[in-house]
Amino acid sequence: MLHTVNKSPFEQRTLETCLKFARQGSAVLLIEDGVYGAARDTAVSKQVQEALKSVSIYALKADVEARGMQDRVMDGVRLVDYGGFVDLVAEHNAVQSWL
Amino acid sequence: MAEETQGGAVKKFLYVNRKAPYGTIYALESLEVVLIGAAFEQDVSIAFIGDGVYQLTKGQNTKALEVKNFSPTFRALEDYDVTKLYVEQEALQARGLSEADLVVPVEVVDARRMAEIMEGQDVILSF
Amino acid sequence: MKLSILVNEGPYTHQASDTAYQFVKAALAKGHEIFRVFFYHDGVNNGTRLTVPPQDERNIVKRWSDLAAQHKLDLVVCIAAAQRRGIMDAAEAKRHGKDANNIAPGFRVSGLGQLIEAGIQADRLVVFGD
Repeated sequence: MLHTVNKSPFEQRTLETCLKFARQGSAVLLIEDGVYGAARDTAVSKQVQEALKSVSIYALKADVEARGMQDRVMDGVRLVDYGGFVDLVAEHNAVQSWL
Repeated sequence: MAEETQGGAVKKFLYVNRKAPYGTIYALESLEVVLIGAAFEQDVSIAFIGDGVYQLTKGQNTKALEVKNFSPTFRALEDYDVTKLYVEQEALQARGLSEADLVVPVEVVDARRMAEIMEGQDVILSF
Repeated sequence: MKLSILVNEGPYTHQASDTAYQFVKAALAKGHEIFRVFFYHDGVNNGTRLTVPPQDERNIVKRWSDLAAQHKLDLVVCIAAAQRRGIMDAAEAKRHGKDANNIAPGFRVSGLGQLIEAGIQADRLVVFGD
């Protein structure tokens, strides 16, 4: 399953909820304001690092760059462009968008 | 009202409800999709997660808001063969609710079981 | 593969329509087929031809219309959501005695069944919203 999260993790619990339901081996793609969840040294970084042990986490490059976060992405989170987003959709059986 | 579709494909459709009713329109309009979708005879499940569980609480009186109380519609879902309603256990507990507070019989599931249900779906509609 | 898209929010206020558009463009560039783009909730507001965004800003509605024309996309605006929000094609305007219609080129108004069908017929359905 591919999960997408489009909310910043500091104001809403969307990322937390997604990670609660994402099973081992699934992929989580952070898009739009969700890319703030990919930043290192934040209040949620530890939780995200922990999640990396069981799920793959990606962030949409266009959204990361728009928000000036490109030098803050934590190790282990892979950046993808829109083409990569499409590939992730194709690679997984279904997509769940956490809005 | 049912529209013709090609082939006899039956897919597993999951509707994910995470928003409370009335503050936004998502709860009402997602229910409208469920009702229309019922005519297509797919394998439908509805998940109520987080504030979505509030859509099901008893005793909704919307008269002063001048909006329709659509919670009774959840009871009618059975007539549409939509019977798989899953409610997140942790969400109920966090909100001081129990199954007895809900307008319709549901299956209360923990996160692990909910994740399992989600993993098996073909089409997931979030609102 | 065949992709269906659901857009739940209107232009500009949320990023949903932008992200959906870029996703669709990338999917087409990779040779995938877009079965349908369905606009629901405030997403129906992507289908009004009356927007006049600032000259130096992207024209979201026109972008969708142009992409639809270029790739023969099926852009569907949900009739129930559209009625609530005042997005009308000529037939709907006539039916409801409205003095104008505002549907943008490339969009058509239709029922929620088209969304369900989009889910059934495509290999993947991707939702963009708030």
